Parts: sequence; C-alpha cells; structure tokens
Amino acid sequence: MKTNNHRKSWIALLIALSMLIVLTLLDNWSGTPAMLLTVLRKGSIYALVVVSMNLLNGFTGLFSLGQAGFMLLGAYTYAVLTVPVEDQSAVYQRYATGGVGFSITETLSGAMGQFGLLIGVIFCLLLAGLVAGVFAWLIGLPVLKLKSDYLAIATLGFAEIIRAVVMYEKLGPVTNGSNLLYGFTNFSDFHIGGLKLDTVMPFIFSGLCILVVVLLINSTYGRVFKAIRDDEIAAEAMGINLAKHKRMSFIISSFFAGISGALLAMYQASVQANTFKASMTYEILLIVVIGGIGSISGSAIASFLFVGCSEWFLRFLDNDTKLKNFNAKLIFAIVFGLVVVGLAALIFRKTRKMERMEKLWRQIPVGLLCLGLVAWDIWFVISPNLKLPLLRSGFRMVVFSVVIMIVVLFFREGIMGDRELWDMKRRRPAANAKAGEPK
Amino acid sequence: MFAKILPYLLAGISVGGQYALIAIGYTMVYGILRLINFAHGDIFTVAGFIMVYAAASLPLTVSVPLVIILTVILGVMVEKVAYKPLRTAPRMSVMISAIGMSYLLQNLMWYLTGGLAKQYPTLPWVSNTVTVLGCTTKRVTLITPFLTVLLVVVLVLLIQKTRIGMAMRAASRDFETAQLMGIKINNVISFTFVVGSFLAAVGSMLYFSNYATVSPTVGAMPGLKAFVAAVFGGIGSIPGAVIGGFVIGICESLIKGAGLTTFSDAFTFALLIVILAVKPTGLFGENLTEKV
Repeated sequence: MKTNNHRKSWIALLIALSMLIVLTLLDNWSGTPAMLLTVLRKGSIYALVVVSMNLLNGFTGLFSLGQAGFMLLGAYTYAVLTVPVEDQSAVYQRYATGGVGFSITETLSGAMGQFGLLIGVIFCLLLAGLVAGVFAWLIGLPVLKLKSDYLAIATLGFAEIIRAVVMYEKLGPVTNGSNLLYGFTNFSDFHIGGLKLDTVMPFIFSGLCILVVVLLINSTYGRVFKAIRDDEIAAEAMGINLAKHKRMSFIISSFFAGISGALLAMYQASVQANTFKASMTYEILLIVVIGGIGSISGSAIASFLFVGCSEWFLRFLDNDTKLKNFNAKLIFAIVFGLVVVGLAALIFRKTRKMERMEKLWRQIPVGLLCLGLVAWDIWFVISPNLKLPLLRSGFRMVVFSVVIMIVVLFFREGIMGDRELWDMKRRRPAANAKAGEPK
Repeated sequence: MFAKILPYLLAGISVGGQYALIAIGYTMVYGILRLINFAHGDIFTVAGFIMVYAAASLPLTVSVPLVIILTVILGVMVEKVAYKPLRTAPRMSVMISAIGMSYLLQNLMWYLTGGLAKQYPTLPWVSNTVTVLGCTTKRVTLITPFLTVLLVVVLVLLIQKTRIGMAMRAASRDFETAQLMGIKINNVISFTFVVGSFLAAVGSMLYFSNYATVSPTVGAMPGLKAFVAAVFGGIGSIPGAVIGGFVIGICESLIKGAGLTTFSDAFTFALLIVILAVKPTGLFGENLTEKV
C-alpha cells in the first residue's frame, strides 16, 4: 500500500512536470492560437476560485455566496501593494496623496532580479489570501450561525458591503475609489532569459493552491467537513466542534478565493471593484454545479470548459454568420438535427428514470419542442436563406444559461458527481446510493 | 431642516412601497416553498421591458393589463420549469436552480433588447409632477404608498377569508400535512407565483415610472433589497414584508440625502446581517423549532 502511494505521487509529479513543459512550449511557440493561451490562463485561475467555492459548498455544505467579495479583497490587496512607485501618481491621478508609496515586488525585483520578483509576488499573494481570510473570520463570527439560505443571503450581502467600502471616496488614496488600478506586476513580468512564462505561472500558483485543498480534503479535517455536510446533527453528536470547523472551512475557502482574486488581477493587468458583483459569484457557483458539487477535479475541468466556451468555442454565436454555400448549410442542418434529437432522447431517458407518474405529461413539451426544431431545420434547408438565424450579440450567453439550466435540472450530478478523476478506476457502488443532504 | 429632508422622505416612502410589493412575492414563495426565488427580481425587470415594448405600439389601456398578464404567465412558467421538477431535491439544488433561472432571464433580456437601457414610457397622470408642501415630485411618489397599502389589504383579506388563502396558510405551516389533507399543493404554489408576479408587475410600473430607464440587470439590486425587506419583517409574514420595505426604502433614501450614496446598498445588507444576528426570525416571523 505504502509503495503504491509513493508510485502514485511520482506519477502525479511526472504528469505535472510534463504539463509545465508543454505549457512553456505553447507559451513560446509563435503558432499557438492566442485564444488557447487566454483560456489556459483564465481557466487555471477560475479553477482555483471554483475549487475554493466547492470546498465550502460541496465539502462542508455551507451555502455561501460571498466569493466575489473575497476575490475583490485579494485582488485589491495585491494590486495596491505592487503598483510601481513611479506609476502611482498616474494611477491615482484623482487623489493627490494616492498610493502607498512603496511597491513590494518592485523593491524585491530591484534587489534580486527575477528571483526577488517571484518572492515578492508569492508574498503579496499570501498577503492577499490572508486579508481575505481575516475578513472571512470577522464575517464568520455573526454569519456562520445562520442556516442554509440565510447564510447565502448574508454572505452575498457582505460581498456587496465590501464592494461599497472599497469604492468609498474617502478610501480613494488607497483603493483609488471606483477607478481602475493598473500597472502592477503581472504575469508578463516573469521570464527566464527570453523564455516567456505567462501561462506557466498561473498554472503553478493555482495548481499549488489546489493541491493544498486536495490534501486538506483527504486529511482528517476534510473528513470532518464531509461529516458536517452529510449530517450536521450526527456530526455534532460524534463530538465534532461544528462552529470551529465551519469557521475553518470558511476562512480557508476565502483565503484561496483571495489568492485567486489576486491572480485574476494579475491576469487582467487591471482591477476594478465594479466587476466583482454578485453575478460573478453566481457564475462561479454555476461552474461548481457543472463540475459536480463535491469534486475537485470536476471543478477544474468545468472551469476550463466554461472559460473555453465563453471565450473561445462559442464566440461564433455572438457574430452574424453567413454560410458559404448550400453544402455548408446541409452539414449544419444535419449536425443541428442530430444534436436536437440526441438531447431530446437524453432528456426522455432521464425523465423516465426519475418519475413514474406524470411522465407522459412531462415529455409532451420536450417532444413538441424537439419536433418544432426539427421542422424548422428542414425548412431552413429548403429555404434559400444562407444567413444563420438568431446569431447576434448576446446569444452565446443565452445558449450558455440554457445549457446550465439543463445541467441543473436534469444532470444534477454535473460532470463528475462527487467522484474524482483519480478515483475513476475504482468501483464505488456506494456513490450511486448516496442520498442528498438532509432537508 | 424639514424642508430639506422632505423630498428624500417622500422618495423613500415611494421606493419603500415598491420594495414592499416585490418583497411580498419573496415572502410568500419562501413561506410555502422555503426557497429564495432569486429570479423574482428579474421577473420584475422583464415586466419593465414588456411595458417598454407594449407601450410603443399599443394604447396604455391595453398594454397595462397585457404587462400584468404576461408577467404572471412568466412567473408561473419559471416555477413550472425551474422549481417544480426539483420539489423533492435538496434545498441547495433548488436554490442553484433559482440562481440559474435568474442568470438565464438576465441573459435572455440582454439578447432580446440588445443590452441597452430603454426609455420607460411615461404614464399619463401618474408621471406628472406635483408640488407637495413646497417640494416638487412625480405623482407616482404619492400614489405608491396608498396603492401598496390597498393591495396589501386586499391580499390579506384574500389569505384570511378565501379557500385558496386557507390552503396557502396550511401549506406554509406544513407542506406535507397540507398535501395529506387533500390540498392540491401544485395549484397553491402556482397561485402564490401568480400573486407574487402580479405584485411585481405593479411594482415595476411604479418603480420604472420613477427611474425612467430599464436595463437587463437593473432588477437584481431592488430584488435583493426586497428580499432583505422580507427577511427584516420576518419571512413568511406579509405585513412584515411591507413594513420592512418601507423601513429600507426610507433609510436608504435618507442615507442618499446625507451624501453617502455608495453606502445606501451597503446599509441594506448591514441591516440584514444585524437583524439575522439579533433576531433571525425578523420582526413578525414565527419561531420555528428545528426538528431532528
């Protein structure tokens, strides 16, 4: 058993290393599509925040909606501390005494070059996490006593309060009010010689953080969290200190949310409080659901999928498109028809499994919709029109949210359920029998 | 001093009435389904958009009832599509479904309207300006509180005196037992959504007459605030929601008057956290004991 574990860690390390090498190559090869790099960078950062939310919602069963607020805290902590001194007057142009007057990364990289820069960034990232964690501790004092939806709404409220405070005019000299913060150290400052590390760095940072979360979940603390999720009362009866462990989970989750906020700021190279709205939290929550509540690897996969779809694969939905000729139209129509029929068949199977009564009634609207779409498909082939309908700005998000609703309603398990990628080979009959949370 | 405060007070009472109307929708749904209907704020916005488009081509006598009818249909549809299939699912799933629905409605509105803020039509008589005690304001500001109170009285009578009202009370007391007693629970829930959406539609007409433009995400904030109002008054209690709505509206407006506009939203949530920490059942909420 022991040697087996060792072998596993070696394999994991090897995979990680080879991934880093591939990423470095992708980063420096001129033929890499720019979109791929964007997706990889943003996806890795999203993976961290989604995992941090999953730790709270999926593993501890605390339904919190404060993630955007903690990301905001992390992003601002990082940004304020690393804006170079000579840029501070330009960044804080609306405030005469703006800026903190020093920049941690600048000082350290001035003294020790790239190594100093790395130390400085790591220090600031940790600080970003700590600030978020401290606030989580403060917020947790009154809020964690609340039950499910009250907790959700209270944390959501706290995120809004944090946003309002950061945008407060009197704090402007530090936070720059509601204006952009920019110019701080970001991923493009990292390089070894001529080697760019833009994509590797976010992977390393968020990968390490996710690793910590995985280790935490597999530790005794992780088992305590799961016990609380499965049955609070039973867990308490087993002698688990509920308040302490809930607080712990909340603080750790916020810590990593803070770090991911800082990473997001680095990726965007600018940060503004107004982007960290409740809708951001909702988006993160929906990624958690797509990946599977209670699965770290699911969260990571779903993040890349989500970012990939929204930034890359589904971009075409936002543009007006004219098909080239009849053949292209025919191919499109066939693919579309197959997708519609396939989806309808999936939904039919799912509803038949779920319900015994009313199943006929439930299937009628789906069937009608499917028939309608197929009829339209045929009509579209016959008609001389070559322009694809519906495609225009905003359609991507509609398709997106429809897919999300379908996942939420029919595939509640998400991509991975509560399994992990590395457990896939092992049979787990208990996983299917697992009942939902109480109440 | 009073002359300075008065306009803010009037605005506060008006916006408070609008919050109250939305809050009733939240509190009734929560009372029965134990679910925060996150999509309620978006239904409110959709009502605003329907009005924009309806009033562009139809006379007001047609478009006002049309807005109400379409909003009610939308509200019931949201329930049928997003909440009904999850009736036996864990509570978290239903809440996620509600959030997903809100996301869907927002994106759909964005797509259909092009994402730009639309000018809300001016309703004759209601949007006219009047002068009260030396301060000029729109007539809607004065109508709102009275209309709110009137609607609430009707609603309370409905709940206290009619059969469906009795069924609603039973369902909110104990969902399962009510079912065993032969109450058609799905009808009760649909009716709840009908009432909630109706009030949201009325609230949206009043709200947007005051604010003049509608954009896809504009309903999220009033929606959340109305929810806070519902919690403040004690979730499940209709008079509580109304009082909560007025308290929040007035406080917010006064804070804006004091020049702290950034904190008007923050105040609402601070109030929520204080009330949850001090008296989680709200002002008029019933004390429910958790059963093991």
